Amino acid sequence: MSDAQAALQDREINRSHMTVSDEIAIEISNMNKWYGTFHVLRDINLTVNRGERIVICGPSGSGKSTLIRCINALEEHQKGNITVDGTVLSTDLKNIDKIRSEVGMVFQHFNLFPHLTILENCTLAPIWVRKVPKREAEETAMYFLEKVKIPEQANKYPGQLSGGQQQRVAIARSLCMRPRIMLFDEPTSALDPEMIKEVLDTMIALAEEGMTMLCVTHEMGFAQAVANRVIFMDQGQIIEQNEPKAFFNNPQNERTKLFLSQILGH
Amino acid sequence: MSETHAHSAAFVRTAILPPAAPPPGQTGVLRWMRENLFSSIPNALLTLLALYFVYTILAAILPWTLNGIWDAGSLTECRAIRDERGLSTAACWAVINERWLQLLFGFYPIDAPLLARLFYADELAAAGGMDAVFGPGSNATARIEFVGTMRAELGNALVFFFGYWRPLLALALLVVAVAPVLYNNLPRGMLIFSLIYPFLAVFLLWGGSIWGPISVALGLALSLYILKYAGARFGGLLGGLAMIVTLLCFFFNPLSLLGISGLFPLLPHVSGLLGTILPFGLPAITSDDFGGFMLAIIIGTSGIVLSLPLGIVLALGRQSSMPLIKWVCVTFIEVIRGVPLIVWLFTASLLLNYFLPPGTNFDLLLRVIIMVTLFASAYLAEVVRGGLAALPKGQYEAADSLGLDYWKSMRLIVLPQALKISIPGIVNTFIGLFKDTTLVVFIGLRDPLGLTNAIRATGEWNGIYWELYVFVALLFFVFCFFMSRYSMYLERKLATDRR
Ligand SMILES: Nc1ncnc2c1ncn2[C@@H]1O[C@H](COP(=O)(O)OP(=O)(O)OP(=O)(O)O)[C@@H](O)[C@H]1O
Ligand SMILES: [Mg+2]
Repeated sequence: MSDAQAALQDREINRSHMTVSDEIAIEISNMNKWYGTFHVLRDINLTVNRGERIVICGPSGSGKSTLIRCINALEEHQKGNITVDGTVLSTDLKNIDKIRSEVGMVFQHFNLFPHLTILENCTLAPIWVRKVPKREAEETAMYFLEKVKIPEQANKYPGQLSGGQQQRVAIARSLCMRPRIMLFDEPTSALDPEMIKEVLDTMIALAEEGMTMLCVTHEMGFAQAVANRVIFMDQGQIIEQNEPKAFFNNPQNERTKLFLSQILGH
Repeated sequence: MSETHAHSAAFVRTAILPPAAPPPGQTGVLRWMRENLFSSIPNALLTLLALYFVYTILAAILPWTLNGIWDAGSLTECRAIRDERGLSTAACWAVINERWLQLLFGFYPIDAPLLARLFYADELAAAGGMDAVFGPGSNATARIEFVGTMRAELGNALVFFFGYWRPLLALALLVVAVAPVLYNNLPRGMLIFSLIYPFLAVFLLWGGSIWGPISVALGLALSLYILKYAGARFGGLLGGLAMIVTLLCFFFNPLSLLGISGLFPLLPHVSGLLGTILPFGLPAITSDDFGGFMLAIIIGTSGIVLSLPLGIVLALGRQSSMPLIKWVCVTFIEVIRGVPLIVWLFTASLLLNYFLPPGTNFDLLLRVIIMVTLFASAYLAEVVRGGLAALPKGQYEAADSLGLDYWKSMRLIVLPQALKISIPGIVNTFIGLFKDTTLVVFIGLRDPLGLTNAIRATGEWNGIYWELYVFVALLFFVFCFFMSRYSMYLERKLATDRR
């Protein structure tokens, strides 16, 4: 068990706001995607209710990133339907921009804007997309920077921050748009163990507030601590999904068992 | 610190060391020379060889330059003075001393009435006063003679400051207009002047009624207003269409195909009307009189200012996912780049008139500026494309994932970074453009090099080459060197992604 996982277990998790409602946040039905002739995602069916915290895992190349990138249309799917917050994803650009402003995304490599300060990174989208006045956007930005515990870095440039700090800024930047859903694509896999903990702490705090989250991650400690569902993908398909306890202690599919034994080192 | 403590660790620092100054320096000239010039025998040999080269070159140039003769009326006089002083070589700077105004301004007319009124009042009165010399029915030969003697008596410096006040003022204001664009710590309000400047400069340089440039500005402002208003009310496409119609009606004659003329373009009606209400203007000067280094600056700055936005649009178009736009941009870039500039200049001077609707009399200088702009923009498009390609894909994705639309993500995220990466290439293109303005000599414009020919054609200065070329080279060097230094300043200032 890694240091980060051990650190997570010390933490008392406040579950009072972690409630799953009946309202549907994301609905994916019979979704298929090809890269050229390569069939990456095959018949994906997935319903995410508001307030759910879902962890997606699976071997490299299984299509995890592609799946969550389809949800905010960074990748185009060719068959099936994706409905986000009641809006069906189509090729209409207006429609896509609307969904993107409701769905926050955190990348493996942070993707902060290096030519803007931390504060400007956080206020840019609210000002230009949401048309929030500058003052108000800055106040919101400082609020979220305090949440991720780096308000003192607000006037630095991304290049002056450590990896963990940058990733926390990236999370704050997404939150400033007040998204209803957050997508995470391996947010900790480019970080050192010490920084992994800071970022996971931030993500747990987010989960505690009842945010709907889809996380691609191999941090099984995180999955056990906050996820209410773990999804295992292989070769572009969802192989197995279950509550964390059952998923880890009693996997059903052979491939899931193999994957878990490799990743947990049993 | 005397007793031993019962530590569990073998060593624990109890006092933190204060920061120390770096070790005493790599100072001393001898040490520097030993390390940098004579660190090994081959290096020492190379140093000596280089010194020898520098010496031979300076030995050839310096005496010629420094012994130069400044006061002489012709090349023959120069040579006589040289022999008298017993010098083997000496530059004849006298030609610059006498003709520098011509090299700077070509045959751009001086404001003779102003000079006469300010510094030559007595002689003016003797010659019969302002109206007799400069008035409508005055004798041209007498006037030319009067101006000639006045110039000779007043001297070049006075003529420079007061005779050429129009181009000088235009240049000074150019500095003011460009400053807020170049240095963003200046007040932003100055940008308004930068927008007004082009019209002001046209008025100062070409003269004529002030209402001409103002009407053009009004026409452009009206078109933009219509784009905004109609765009907000009826959607972007209709707004764009309305703007194009407005532009056509204002600046061209859309009915010319039907053989109807007189109503359109609206421009002359507007400026004519304003001119009758409140006549105000400067003596008009035609493009044929423009010349010298001034011409290089006019063509160069217009080309630079206009080609950058066009180049950016072309670079974005080339990356577009829409095949038609992409195809048009690629064709444009490749065709323009694939043909030498001089061919385009000949096209501008000779062929363009055949393609334009009959009756349009298109200023040659304007045509040259358009050609130079198009040419530079094709190069810039490729430079900017390099910058766009160098940007990590994650930047585009992050901008997309925040819900920024295409234009906003380009303007706020992609272009600031891509342009920063491309600064050296962009400035390189600008410097090239600026120097290429000398090519206009081949289509009959009087650029500084063309003027050296004109000066040599006079009896006094027949046979003089080097001095004129050195002077012209120096003028160009100063400008190009400023551009290159500025680009380095900009790169340093924008380097935020490094620690
Ligand atoms: N742009 C692309 N063009 C073609 N094939 C691609 C492209 N992007 C991904 N693929 C392929 O699609 C498959 C799924 O990729 P994806 O990035 O979704 O995997 P992943 O599960 O996120 O893997 P990892 O854990 O390594 O991030 C891989 O086999 C990959 O090679
Ligand atoms: Mg991935």
